[in-house]
Amino acid sequence: MGQGLLENMPFQLPINSAIAGWTSEKFGLKFQRELSATPFRVGQINFTGSVSMTPIDQVPGDSTGRMTIHSAPVIACRECDLLQREVALSPGGAARCRRCGALLYRCIRHSLDRTVAFLLAAAVIYLMANIFPIIDVSVQGDRSTSTLLGAVHALLKHDLTVVALLMFITTILAPALEIAAMLYLLLPVRLGYLPPGFAWILRAVQEIKHWNMVEVLLLGLLVSLVRMSSFATVTPDLALWSFGALAFLLAAATASFDPHEIWARAGKTRAVETTP
Amino acid sequence: MSGSTLTAMERGLIPCHACGMVSRPAPSAGVAHCLRCNARLHLRIPDSASRCWALLIAGYILYLPANLLPIMYTGTLSGIRRDTIMSGIVYLWESGSWGIAVIVFIASIMVPILKLGALTFLLISVRGRSPWPRRERTMLYRLLKLVGRWSMLDIFVAAILTRLVHFRFLATVDVGPAALPFGAVVVITMIAVMQFDPRLIWDSKQQER
Repeated sequence: MGQGLLENMPFQLPINSAIAGWTSEKFGLKFQRELSATPFRVGQINFTGSVSMTPIDQVPGDSTGRMTIHSAPVIACRECDLLQREVALSPGGAARCRRCGALLYRCIRHSLDRTVAFLLAAAVIYLMANIFPIIDVSVQGDRSTSTLLGAVHALLKHDLTVVALLMFITTILAPALEIAAMLYLLLPVRLGYLPPGFAWILRAVQEIKHWNMVEVLLLGLLVSLVRMSSFATVTPDLALWSFGALAFLLAAATASFDPHEIWARAGKTRAVETTP
Repeated sequence: MSGSTLTAMERGLIPCHACGMVSRPAPSAGVAHCLRCNARLHLRIPDSASRCWALLIAGYILYLPANLLPIMYTGTLSGIRRDTIMSGIVYLWESGSWGIAVIVFIASIMVPILKLGALTFLLISVRGRSPWPRRERTMLYRLLKLVGRWSMLDIFVAAILTRLVHFRFLATVDVGPAALPFGAVVVITMIAVMQFDPRLIWDSKQQER
């Protein structure tokens, strides 16, 4: 499994270290007095808004990486590599990198429940958006209508196979994979266990997400609608409303999803698995 | 704040690019994997700058046919119009659809130029000491990640119009040969931005100390 290559992890520091000057009292915050693999406890503190993280002056020894119970996990900013200590956030709060301002993690109220709810709704709406016609156009009794797959097919007929493939992936395949994979991951988590392949599927979803362009498609549909309305009678059909709802639901699911906390769960189980 | 900053690299720690967990690889290790999610660990995205340059150059080359070839043929009673991306926008503007013209102009002209130009700037700036503030450069990188996808707009519009507008005598729309290079520019520049490692912007700061 490759553990032999890594000495010890996660990297933990004793709490009574050089950075004790910063802390709780200063921000009205509490250290999270648990292992990094434990999800955040919320509701202990009444602090909202963004928290500026504190950089670490000297990371004290502990080269053995010995796990200490009373310690705050160390995280590194993904955009500038600055080491910082994790702080507990109140619901709705966000931790930002002190140096570059990147979003480090957030604390979202009922994150898991909300994400699953939005995803379930998105799954239903996704089917509607792809089955029903999008727009109905007619000029003097001459009508035409199409589903999304029909528009992809139109590109194929013009021998633009690669472009058709690109449109198929970004508007049909990627959203389907994202919704299915997220539900596969989160429904079991909601029920209290981790599904097989949790880590690699979650990593894959993070990559697939970049290629889901439903919101761009929605704008494209609206632009087409306005353009055609100058010479034809245009009636929005069921799938157009569905795409509007789908774009909203996927954005809402992303906004309520807390990867920091979900990854922590994966680590917790992994640690249990690997403990003899 | 000076002197109070320490990066993961300086401590010999590697944050996992996928799950974010910070780990300390053993000195003897060849290829290390994250213990939590099993992703391969890298101190920085491997060959970030060279990969970016290669993709950028491909993007610049494809940018020409994408903008010079017609992306849409519109057939009406009075003949056939061949529209490149820019002439299509001018036509929209002249026919009174200002709102649509502005949206398409931003998505199809400004965003690709911004991506190519800004990424070139970022890549040059990380080569040496750059006078530009690092925080602002990081914000530029974040902006690029955010807007890149919106250039796909024109491809989607062309596909939808091609499918729907086929009326006898009155009007037909067909997608043109620019769709392929244009789509390629969008995808290639998106991958280029993903391959750029923003930590390169900050690494020179650590070396100065």
